[in-house]
Amino acid sequence: MKVPISWLKEFVDIDVPIPELAYQMTLAGLEVEQIHYVGLPMSGTLAQMGASGHARKADAKISGFEWDREKIVVAEVSEVMPHPNADRLVLCKLNDGQQEHIVLTGAPNLFAFKGKGPLPKPLKVAYAMEGAQIYDGHAEGAQLVTLKRAKIRGVESYSMACSEKELGISDEHEGIILFDDDAPLGAALADYIGDAVLEVSILPSFARCASMLGVAREVAAILGKPLRTPEVSVTAEGEPFEAVIEITRPELNPRFVLGLVRGITLRPSPYRVQLRLKLAGMRPINNVVDATNYAMLESGQPLHAFDYDVLAGRAGGTAGKLKIITRTARAGEKLTTLDDVERILDEKTVLVCDAAGALSIAGVMGGLESEISEKTTNILLEGAAWNFINIRKTAQAQNLPSEASYRFSRGVHPAMAERGVYLGLELMRRWAGGVVARGLIDNYPLPPVDPTVEVTPADVKRWLGIELSAAQIAEALVRLEFKVALDGETVRATTPDHRLDIGPGITGVADLVEEVARIYGYDNLPETRMADELPLQVGNPLLDKEERLRDLLVYLGLQEVKNYRLTTPEREARRLRPDTPADDKPYLRLTNPISSDKAVMRHSVLASVLENAEWNARFRARLALFEIGPIFLGSEDPGGLPDEFQRLAIVLCGPRSLPSWQPADTAAMDFYDLKGILDGLFDGLHLPAVRHEPVAHPGFHPGKCARVLAGERQIGVFGELHPLVREGYDWPVAAAGTPILAADLDLDALLEQMPSLYATAPVPEYPPVLEDLALVVNEDLPGERVAELIRQTGGRVVAEVRLFDVYRGEKVGKGRKSLAYSITYQAPDKTLTDRDVAGIRTRILRRLEQELGAVLRS
Amino acid sequence: MLEKLNQIQGAALEALDSVADEAALEAWRVTHLGRSSALMEVFSGLGGLSREQRPAVGQKANQVKNALEAALAERSGTLRAASLKRSLEGERLDVTLPGRRIPMGRLHPDSQTMRELYRIFGEMGFQIFRSHEVESDEYNYQLLNFPVGHPARDMQDTYFVEAEGRGDNPIVLRTHTSPGQIHAMRHFVAGNPENPPPVRIVLPGVCYRYEQITNRHETQFEQIEGLAVGPGITFGDLKGTLADFARRMFGQETRTRFRASYFPFTEPSAEFDVECFLCAGKGCTVCKGSGWLEIGGCGMVHPVVLQNGGYDPQRYTGFAFGLGPQRMTMLRHRIEDIRYFYQNDLRFLEQF
Repeated sequence: MKVPISWLKEFVDIDVPIPELAYQMTLAGLEVEQIHYVGLPMSGTLAQMGASGHARKADAKISGFEWDREKIVVAEVSEVMPHPNADRLVLCKLNDGQQEHIVLTGAPNLFAFKGKGPLPKPLKVAYAMEGAQIYDGHAEGAQLVTLKRAKIRGVESYSMACSEKELGISDEHEGIILFDDDAPLGAALADYIGDAVLEVSILPSFARCASMLGVAREVAAILGKPLRTPEVSVTAEGEPFEAVIEITRPELNPRFVLGLVRGITLRPSPYRVQLRLKLAGMRPINNVVDATNYAMLESGQPLHAFDYDVLAGRAGGTAGKLKIITRTARAGEKLTTLDDVERILDEKTVLVCDAAGALSIAGVMGGLESEISEKTTNILLEGAAWNFINIRKTAQAQNLPSEASYRFSRGVHPAMAERGVYLGLELMRRWAGGVVARGLIDNYPLPPVDPTVEVTPADVKRWLGIELSAAQIAEALVRLEFKVALDGETVRATTPDHRLDIGPGITGVADLVEEVARIYGYDNLPETRMADELPLQVGNPLLDKEERLRDLLVYLGLQEVKNYRLTTPEREARRLRPDTPADDKPYLRLTNPISSDKAVMRHSVLASVLENAEWNARFRARLALFEIGPIFLGSEDPGGLPDEFQRLAIVLCGPRSLPSWQPADTAAMDFYDLKGILDGLFDGLHLPAVRHEPVAHPGFHPGKCARVLAGERQIGVFGELHPLVREGYDWPVAAAGTPILAADLDLDALLEQMPSLYATAPVPEYPPVLEDLALVVNEDLPGERVAELIRQTGGRVVAEVRLFDVYRGEKVGKGRKSLAYSITYQAPDKTLTDRDVAGIRTRILRRLEQELGAVLRS
Repeated sequence: MLEKLNQIQGAALEALDSVADEAALEAWRVTHLGRSSALMEVFSGLGGLSREQRPAVGQKANQVKNALEAALAERSGTLRAASLKRSLEGERLDVTLPGRRIPMGRLHPDSQTMRELYRIFGEMGFQIFRSHEVESDEYNYQLLNFPVGHPARDMQDTYFVEAEGRGDNPIVLRTHTSPGQIHAMRHFVAGNPENPPPVRIVLPGVCYRYEQITNRHETQFEQIEGLAVGPGITFGDLKGTLADFARRMFGQETRTRFRASYFPFTEPSAEFDVECFLCAGKGCTVCKGSGWLEIGGCGMVHPVVLQNGGYDPQRYTGFAFGLGPQRMTMLRHRIEDIRYFYQNDLRFLEQF
C-alpha cells in the first residue's frame, strides 16, 4: 500500500527522519519496501542511530527527488498568448511572486485560454526556474535534467510550468498541473505539496493497517506519540430518508449501513484531493467516486455509491419503498458489472439486491445499471461488513482484485462501516456540494465480540524471556488502543473495535505477547542460549547411511545431480523401448501445472538423470552422474496419500579416462566399468552376499543387463541402454557408438541391506601361496559361479580369487571358454606347505568338474 | 726404495688428475693399485729386503697405498656426482604442463550446504527428522493454523494433486517443511502422551510453490526448518540460537536482526536477517545497499500448532525457524540464477 507521509502527519506527529521511520516500521512488521520522494528533502537517508552505533539504513528502495525550494515555486499565469511562430506552443504571462516572466509551453490544457486576454482568475501552476532540476518530461522513465536557457522557435525560454511527470508525481505529461485557487503564490512547492510516499507491504495479520489511519495508529504506537483520531462529524441538514435493509445471511454480512446525499454536482475533485489519490496509487475519477475512495483509503472501510434515482426507479418510483436485500446468488445468476462484463455467479457469491434484482457483487464490484453517471444527483452510499473468506473466494473466482476486495478479503471490522459512511458523506458534501440526509439506515445483526484477553508478566516471561511488570505490559497495549484493566498481576485487555486479528483464550495471549514484543522492540529482546534439557540424542541412522552412500559414489568419481520431481509421462517413457506398454502405475497428476513439461510427479529417477546426460553430452565427452531422490506412486487406497520411494540412479558414458596430452585410456566405458563402480559401492557399503543375474528389461540391451540381488532382495538393474532407447535421446555426433550405461537401484533396499556394523580380519602373518588356474567351461556358464565354487570349496584358506583372463578360441573348442584365475592361498595360523595347497587344489578341481563340468586347461 | 715409493705415489696422483670417467678410473686402479702395479711389486719385494730396511719400506708402502685408495675414493665420488648431475640435467620436465587428472566426483551444492547445516545444528542438539513431500491440506495448512480459505494461504501458492472425494482436504505438494512439525510432535507424543519429551529437530527437504520459474523464483526448492519445544523455550532462545547459527554459517562477526512478521503457525513471528557478509554491512549490490540479507522466517510456535501436535500450550512453548539453503548457497557463491540448481549443467556443478 502506498502511504503519503503528508496523510500520516494528519494523524500523528513524525519527528524522526523518513528513513528512520521506515526502519522502525519495518522492524515492527510494516515493511517499507520503497520510499518515493515527491519533493521532500532526501537528507538523512542514512540515519546513524541505535545502541550498536551501527547504520540503521532503511532497507527500502529509494526513488524520486527533492524539489529545490528556491527554484520550484507556486506561480500564477495571468494571460495565455499565442506563440508567434508555432501553433502548438503558447506563451504564458507568469508571476512567480517576485517578478513576471514569459514562459513557453505546449501544454494542451492551456490552449482553451489562448488569446483570451488577461484571465479573470489567474491559473496557479508549478513553476521551475532556470537551473532547477526536474525530470525530463519526454524521456522514458525518470531522468533528471537541469533547466537551461534556450531559444525555441525564436522565443527565448529558461523556465517552465511543470507537468506531474516532471515533478515525479505521476507519469502524466499531457498537460501542466493546475492547482486549486488557494495555492499560495510564490511559496516553495516543496512546502505546499512536497511529500514522500512509503510503499508498505501489509501482512495478513495487519489487515487493520490497510488504511492511512491504520498505519498512523501503528506509527503513533511505535514512536510513542499520541494519535489524533479524527472526529467523524458530518453536517447533515437534509430530510431523513427511508429504506429497509434485509440481511438473509448475517454470518456473511454482519452489518449494512446506508446514507444519502442529495443534490450533488459531479465535477473533478480539488487538485490536492486528486494528488493524494494519485500518490496513494488510485486514479481520480470525479468528486463522488473520489470521495468514496478517499474515505476508504483514510479509514479502511470500502464504500459503494449507488445512483439513488436509479434504485428509486426500480422500486417503482416510490422512493420510500426502497428495499435492499443481501443474499447469495442463485447458481448461474447473471450481473453486468460496472466494467461492462456480464458475470455468471455461483451460489457462494453474495449480492446486494433490491426488489427488482441484483445491484452489485458484495464487496467486490458494483453493477453497471446503478453506477454513478453524469445524470446522477442523489447518492445512496453503502458501507457494509462482509465475511472475508467469502469475499476472497469470490474475488478469486471472478478474477476481480480491487481496492475494496483487497480490504474485505483480509477483514474489515464491522464497526468501521458507520464511520466510513459518515466520512464518505461528509467528503461528498464538501467536494460535490450536496446536502446530507439526517440519519443512517443501519442493520447490524451480528456485531463481533472483541475479545478480552488476560495476560500476565509470567506469560511475557514464558514466551519472550523478559521481565516486564503488569504496568509495562498495559502501557504497551494502551499505545495500540486496547482498553486495559489491571487486576493485581493480571492485565485484562479488550481488543479495540478496529481489528479482527486477536483471538480468544491462549491464542489471544500469544497475540498480545506479540503486540508487547513489537512495541518493546524485537531489537531489545535478549539473545539467550536454550536452558531447557537437551532431548534424548538418537541421531538419524538412515540418513547417516544415505550420506555414507553419497560419499562412496563421490569417491568412485561420480557427480551428484538433483532434478525436478515434476515431469511428464512422455518424458519418462523415453527411458524404455518405444514398444513398451505404457506405465501401468498411475501418475500423481497436478490439477494446476505451471507448465506442460511439469505435469506429474516422477516415477523414475533414472529418467531424470538420462535427461541430464543428454544435456551435458553437448559439453562433456565423459559423464558419470548419480542422483538420489524420491519417486512417487499413487496409493492403493483411493484418495490416500501417495507412496514415496527412494531411488538411486547412475548414468555413465564416454572414455574411461579424462582426455590428456599424454597417452590415456580413451576406450569407451562399457558394462564392466559400471559394474566395477557398483562392486566398489557394494563393497564400501559392506553388503553381504550380492549376486548378479542376467535379466530382460525394457530399457536395456538384452545381452548386457543384469539385476542385482542381496540375499533374496532385488536391489535393482543395470546395464547398457537398449539401442532403441539410446536412439530416443539427442546425443551429439561425437558420442556415436558410445554405450550409455545406466543403473536403477532401490535405495531403500540398499540401505536396508547395509549392516550398521561389520567386522574386519587381522592382517595375515603367514606368507601366501599364489597359483594360477585356467579352467575350461561351457560358454553359457556364468563366471561368478566358478569363482563362488572356488571360494566355497577353499574355505578360509582361499584368501582371494581374481579372474585375470577370459579366452575363447580354437584351443578350447567351440562353445567353450577358458577362465583364468589367480588364486591366493593363505592360512591365518600357519605357513601352508605344497602338500596343503595340493590337497585344496585337488578338492577344488574335483568339485568344479563334478558340478560345473570345468576342466583344467593344460 | 723409499724414493721409489715417492715416485710411484707422485706418478699415480698425477695420472689420476687426468681421469675423466668411471672407465678411466677403473683402468687407473688396475694400473696403480692392481696386482701387477709398481706398488704391489714393492709389497711383494718386501721379503727380499734387509731386516733393517723392511719396516720403514713396509710402512711407507702402506702409506702410499692408503693415499692412493683415498684419492681413488674421492675421485670416484666426484665422478659419480658429475655423472648424476649430467643425467638429472637431461631429465628436466616442463613443470607447467597440466597434470594427469583422475575423474573426480562431487556432491551437488545442495548436499554440501545441507551437510553444513546438519553439522551446525547437530552440534546444537538438533536432530534430523524427515517427512514426505506430498502431503494433505490438513498437514500442510489446517493443523498449522491456516484455516480453509484463510488469506494467509495466498502467501504460498500451492500445487494440488488430482484426487477424488477429498473435499476440503486435497492432496498438495508441500509448500514448506512445516507439516513435519506436526508429524514430529505426534511421533514424540506417541511415545509418552502424558509427559511428551522435549523436541529439538531440524526438518530438511524439498518443497514446492506454484510459481513461474525465474532467475529469482523456483517452483521447487530446498528448505530446512528448526523446531524446539520444551517447558522453558523463549523468543530470546530463538534469537540466541539463530545468532549462534549465523556466526557459524556466515562468520564470527556476523550480526543478526529480527523484524516483526506474520506466519500463521508462529506467534510472535519474525523475519530473520543477517548483516551482509559480503560488505560487512556497508551496503553493496547483493544486499541492495541495505547492509542486511533476508535469511528466513521464524517465531514462537503458535499455541494452536502445539495443541495440534499434542503438546499442551499451557505447559510447553517452542520456537520454529525456516531457512533457504539455496539462498545461502547463492549468497555465499555469488550465484545470480536460482535455476542453476536443478539445471544440472556440469559447467555449474563442477565449480563446487
